[in-house]
Amino acid sequence: MASLVQSIAQMLGKAPTKPAPEEVSPAARDLLAFKKTPAERARRKAAIMAEREHDAMGWKWRGRRWASIIVINLLFVISFQLDVQLVEGALTASRVLGFHFADLNSSLQVMLAHREILVNLLIGVGTVLVLYMLVGGRSFCSWVCPYHLVSEWAEMAHLKLVEKGWVKDHAMHRSLRTVMFVVFALLALATGFTVFETISPVGILSRAMTYGTSLALAWVGVLLLVEVFYSRRFWCRYVCPIGLTYGMAGAVAPVRIVHVAENCFHEGKCRQVCLVPHVLDMTKLGYGTQVLTPVGPDCTRCGMCLDACPTGALRFDIQGLTKRA
Amino acid sequence: MTIDGRNDKPARPAAEKRLTKGGEERRQILRSVVAGSAITCLALAGLLPQMAARANPRLRPPGAIFEEDFLAACIKCGQCVQVCPVEAIKLADATDGVGIGTPFINARDQACDFSCDATQCVLACPTEALTHKLTRKEEVTMGKARLAAPDKCLARAGKGFKGKARGADHGAMLRYEDIDRWTPLPIAEHDYDLSLCDLCVRECPIPGAIALEPLSAEAGDTRRTPVVKAGCVGCGVCEMMCPTDQPAIVIDVETGPRGVRRV
Repeated sequence: MASLVQSIAQMLGKAPTKPAPEEVSPAARDLLAFKKTPAERARRKAAIMAEREHDAMGWKWRGRRWASIIVINLLFVISFQLDVQLVEGALTASRVLGFHFADLNSSLQVMLAHREILVNLLIGVGTVLVLYMLVGGRSFCSWVCPYHLVSEWAEMAHLKLVEKGWVKDHAMHRSLRTVMFVVFALLALATGFTVFETISPVGILSRAMTYGTSLALAWVGVLLLVEVFYSRRFWCRYVCPIGLTYGMAGAVAPVRIVHVAENCFHEGKCRQVCLVPHVLDMTKLGYGTQVLTPVGPDCTRCGMCLDACPTGALRFDIQGLTKRA
Repeated sequence: MTIDGRNDKPARPAAEKRLTKGGEERRQILRSVVAGSAITCLALAGLLPQMAARANPRLRPPGAIFEEDFLAACIKCGQCVQVCPVEAIKLADATDGVGIGTPFINARDQACDFSCDATQCVLACPTEALTHKLTRKEEVTMGKARLAAPDKCLARAGKGFKGKARGADHGAMLRYEDIDRWTPLPIAEHDYDLSLCDLCVRECPIPGAIALEPLSAEAGDTRRTPVVKAGCVGCGVCEMMCPTDQPAIVIDVETGPRGVRRV
């Protein structure tokens, strides 16, 4: 429970801290002591050097995820263009094979602006809520959101430019997203208009693909430029209230990524590729509290860390289903 | 605590000024405040189309609640767009000035002709921005037709109309019940030959919403004038069908009073 509160606080912007000795489980303490022995250090170093010979980022999860984002969004487009009625609407609200789906954040914005609980909308909200309570809230971000995909491409360009030394990542304070969540909620309440929706690149992209409304795309272009040249993953990391909403919704989802301390060489490759590196703080040597630590609610389940990790120290896990070794 | 990891990258030139930790933190906060304010201002700029919509209201789909509430309740998903059999409903782009992503109808291009019978858009709406309390087309209150340019009206000049209502290139659809009860047809495929133009009355989907009445009491006077009755729901078919270059009859959009709930 304490760790859940901690991880939610971290999602809201608190910086992760090194755990106090009493928070560390005996098993994790023993493992750490073992890892710090000179022999084990030497072995690890040698293994890391050997690993560099064939150092490559995997594409397994990224490939699956891109396919997922493209297929889901194409379903929206195809359903309208060919009138096949599989997934009608946009990501803000839709009908999937006749079942109502409603985006949690859009619904929240609408109800705040309208100052009324819309019963019809609650059905769609319920369906989506249950779905993401199971698969992990922010799975929406990395497996469904079209902006996430284009933002990943912008990130690739950004990292290339950083490597060349032409641009620098200007990090923001992560609590900015929490502040923006409150700002957008208050704006909706005060103005009676879903203010966030007018600048949400998620809704704009989703509608642009299906309905061809294109001018609002200019704003998405500006955002991407900011992410390429100024601040890595600016929107997803520091602004998007959708991410925070889903993070809250799926805070205790059974589908999650776990860190297997035993396999970890503490190289930090996972944190370098992660959208939300603060959730991977336990991968630093001496920062883990368990031998098997689930990654916090801000994790988008994107699997980039699995692709990056050369030692299999991170893996998907379904609470209660995955067999413990 | 050291982290086992790579340190084989060439070190950055030492000339680069290192900020103190506190300095970098302050910069980060400042940057965040600036970025947050910029995003907030931009979001507020999103209110401009809403104000424009108030100044220059557009037809909303049938069943739309009062404009103020509509702008709040619409979730901008476009499901109403998808079900419309005549594709009358469009989603607003940033420049349409009616709120990004909200549905509107340009009746002159393609009016709602109720060819779906059961107001499909209302059934598709997930948020009650189009009220589900509406069951019949006669209950719709999108607006009211008004004879805006009487001097353009052919009937008032006693003239007939021969040909396609809006020319051969116009893409609008309309349900011609006597031809096909179930499928709307292109109006460009329909030739009229009317001794006195009565397109606005003839094609009106609401019985008794509009009628042609004599312009004068004189016996030999063939001139007629369209009179909009109380039953008019503002669907805009008359505006779409009006064959003059500038429509003689247009729809005044019903936005409703501000701050008052329709439902």
